[in-house]
Amino acid sequence: MTLWWAIAIVCAGCYALKLAGLAAPRKVLDHPLVHRFSELVPVALLAALIAVQMFTEQGRLDFDLARTAGLGAAVVALLLRAPFLAVLASAAVVTALVRLFTG
Amino acid sequence: MEQTTTRSAAIRDGLGVGLAVGLSGVAFGAAAVTAGLDVAQACVLSLLTFTGASQFALTGAVGAGGDLVSATAGALLLGTRNTLYGLRLADLLQVRGTRRAVAAHGVIDESTAVALAQPDPAAARAGFTTTFVTLYVMWNLTTLAGALGTSFLGDPGMLGLDVVGPATFLAILWPRLRERSELRTLALTGALIALAATPFLPPGVPVLVAAAAVLVVMVR
Repeated sequence: MTLWWAIAIVCAGCYALKLAGLAAPRKVLDHPLVHRFSELVPVALLAALIAVQMFTEQGRLDFDLARTAGLGAAVVALLLRAPFLAVLASAAVVTALVRLFTG
Repeated sequence: MEQTTTRSAAIRDGLGVGLAVGLSGVAFGAAAVTAGLDVAQACVLSLLTFTGASQFALTGAVGAGGDLVSATAGALLLGTRNTLYGLRLADLLQVRGTRRAVAAHGVIDESTAVALAQPDPAAARAGFTTTFVTLYVMWNLTTLAGALGTSFLGDPGMLGLDVVGPATFLAILWPRLRERSELRTLALTGALIALAATPFLPPGVPVLVAAAAVLVVMVR
């Protein structure tokens, strides 16, 4: 399989997955188990994505001080009810600064 | 009047999320070229896949020398959460035909989060559309910039861009975590499962295994 084929399959597949949810029949949607599942799954997946992007590198566990400090800044900003952009900006700025000063 | 206020608040939310998250396309463009994709391949992925986690999963696996079949499978598995978002959004958006075909492309983490955070359906639709359009334009422009500029930009990590993704996901999760302790337990369990599985499974799969955490909450 060439890289272009992989890209084509991912493009088509991801679109089909998006459309499948939006076009699913009402009956599926009204099922309480589906409703609860679709409410809970994103929470587990997003938390897992945060963990993986924060604390793993190339399939290994990894602790990056600068990145962790940046996420800490985001938590503080969220606790202070800062707007979304300010949350992301504080995370990026703190990460960049810690990297700058710790090499 | 009330409706107008909630609509403009939703549009502001959408613009904020779209502009801010859209910037992280630079990180994707850079990562894709670093992993061995050419500029056109990076741009096609952002234009037609338009779901960051799957894009990063594919390029990450390619860069790590993983085989293309498992790289593709990982990216697609990660894309299944958009199906669940679609289920949630179908009620709010109420779109049919061509508009549904277009709206489907915009069913991603950020647009769903903004839509679901709104107090009424009109605001939810405004929030979804604004986030989709703003993020789509930004994400594609910055992917191109990141891919073209990689050699000039050096390491996007120096700009702290690698934390933007996780910080975005945290900001999306935050209101839900604040409300319900059940969801805090779920999030923590999901995170721990993903980390525990990382050394043993190919890139992308640990995140899906974490969805198993949902079962723990659901059977209780």
